[in-house]
Amino acid sequence: MSKIERQGLTRRALLARSVAAGALVVAGAGFIAAPNAAWAVEVRVISEHQMATLVQMARDIYPHDRIADQFYAIAVKGYDAEERKALVEEGVAALDAAAQAAGHADYVSMGWEEDRVKILQAMEDSGFFQTVRGGLVTGLYNQKEVWPIFGYEGESFSQGGYIERGFDDINWL
Amino acid sequence: MVAKFDLTDDSVVVVIGTGAGGGVLSNELAQKGVKVVALEAGGRYLPEDYINDEWESFGQLAWTDPRTTSGDWRVARDFSGLPAWIVKAVGGTTTHWAGASIRFQEHEWKALSTYGAVEGANLLDWPIDAAEMAPWYEKAEAKLGVTRTGDRAGLPGNNNFKVFEKGAKALGYTEVHTGRMAINSADYDDRMACQQTGFCFQGCKWGAKWSAAYTDIPRGEATGNLEVRDHAHVARILHDESGKVTGVEYFDKDGNLQMQKARIVCVAGNSFESPRLLLNSASEMFPNGLANSSDQVGRNYMRHTTGSVYAVFEKPVRMWRGTTMAGIVQDEAHHDPSRGFVGGYELETLSLGIPFMAAFLNPGGWGRSFTTALDSYENMAGMWIVGEDMPQATNRVTLSDVKDQWGLPVANVHFSDHPNDVAMRNHAYKQGMAIYEAVGATRTFPTPPYPSTHNLGTNRMSEKPEDGVCNKWGQTHDIANLFISDGSQFTTGAAENPTLTIVALAIRQADFIAREMAVGSI
Repeated sequence: MSKIERQGLTRRALLARSVAAGALVVAGAGFIAAPNAAWAVEVRVISEHQMATLVQMARDIYPHDRIADQFYAIAVKGYDAEERKALVEEGVAALDAAAQAAGHADYVSMGWEEDRVKILQAMEDSGFFQTVRGGLVTGLYNQKEVWPIFGYEGESFSQGGYIERGFDDINWL
Repeated sequence: MVAKFDLTDDSVVVVIGTGAGGGVLSNELAQKGVKVVALEAGGRYLPEDYINDEWESFGQLAWTDPRTTSGDWRVARDFSGLPAWIVKAVGGTTTHWAGASIRFQEHEWKALSTYGAVEGANLLDWPIDAAEMAPWYEKAEAKLGVTRTGDRAGLPGNNNFKVFEKGAKALGYTEVHTGRMAINSADYDDRMACQQTGFCFQGCKWGAKWSAAYTDIPRGEATGNLEVRDHAHVARILHDESGKVTGVEYFDKDGNLQMQKARIVCVAGNSFESPRLLLNSASEMFPNGLANSSDQVGRNYMRHTTGSVYAVFEKPVRMWRGTTMAGIVQDEAHHDPSRGFVGGYELETLSLGIPFMAAFLNPGGWGRSFTTALDSYENMAGMWIVGEDMPQATNRVTLSDVKDQWGLPVANVHFSDHPNDVAMRNHAYKQGMAIYEAVGATRTFPTPPYPSTHNLGTNRMSEKPEDGVCNKWGQTHDIANLFISDGSQFTTGAAENPTLTIVALAIRQADFIAREMAVGSI
């Protein structure tokens, strides 16, 4: 999906894109998960553009090329709330203003990650940036669904630990 | 039969805290026929309750009541409300600890004599030595079932250890093994052998790791001499006109303020809560807090010179599989000032899961430098640095302006590295990275210290009353029936993980208290 598509998403089918096998369970206000190879998110308080910008910003802060947008969207879905609306409005406006000052239409339509990262670096000390970044540490990395992408296996107690399942199976030393 | 003592029973020993210090002390006293009321701020959790998920377990077990921080340590910036990662539960931090159980080296009991005066450091010799502690260490090792002591075999090495061992040996290190661990390598003392499950920090679901929660506590209760009250947060220690302590006030599980009378009070709430309690117990007679005529309560806070080194390799390591900390290099633990610092450090294997790695690898870090490290998580190995840090009078616990849920001032923890700490950490980073580079690491990460797990020294033991808070028995210099029973009594920190020493001191203290009670001197 291109940056333009990300910005031009419809209200109901925002951020539709294919996902790996397995049904995604997304239980959250305003978010609807499609079970088969596509998913959607609905925003209620903030705008589609603001949500799309947050997703892009989340990826630019913690870019993992093998992690699909849906996980970044889940990580920032909590910003679609009345009490965070002002923070998002102000933050996204600042991102877009910086993008426009650099000759782009807005933040999400900037083509290169490096260019977007420069904008983020300039606002690194802002409350908006630090709130979003801090929230992602748990919001993104504590999703059990992303762990296998890193090879992390999570708990092993239910399988009897690794005593007979490779705790010492390293073979390249 | 679990005992139930009356609030007005002034013959009991009240122990505050039930971890390595308080939990062991409570059981040891109960075994000797001494009546004990143990007050624990947290709840009761057993292996079937432990959760093998890092954040969920943190939510279940960690002490997350408010604390504040200051000083130039990075923890004060990145985790300003969380200076320590310790546990609020019956059994205390023995649920969370990794199990590394090594004795102090002989010279570490005499840091001032061995190292000489170090500018800016408040070094002191312990009023006890290695010979005096040897029999108590032996009892502690038998209690905990420490591997590679007695006739107990070592644990097998996991993948993380194998990488660490090969690199260490390539560098010429010789004191390299899977550690002396309070984690069973074979069934011992009604606890099963380690199943290499990982998640040692989240509470051992097999009970293979020693924890007071399912050993000393229930055994003490079985004597009929120990009553453990959980969700009991002690607010204040009370005293009479003669200056002897007479009991404690605590908030019970329903939030009601209770008063338990006592013949003796033993404080074992870890190195933040113990001095905080003494300071919060200030009275007209003791305006600076209890046992604080020396002005040393809260001072000399030590947290070990720590840090981690992670490294990425071309092929998978899967460091999270198996015992978290069963691996040690001890060659750098000796005192060798030619390295540019006094004291020494241990290197120990360590791993974190993805959720905690994201939080602790480089707190505040972002962008591709950070995320490409995590992308290689499966190929990562890790180790932890544990070194002796310098006691400094200005590194201290004081009362904060912030109040907790009971309206009590919380602990402010002020810490700044001593130049010796910085020199040691930099040396350890260099050696740790060299270990991994010797086995082909493609990238290494000198990772900053986490919120403290080893909290020491804020009620330190001293020969002279003016130098510290308690004497060689942990008995406070000022008040004969008030004892310090946790790591806060450490005069200096040594290079070793502190739990074994805390346990050995608790067993020894129980012997002293029971003896003195029998002759009626306290």
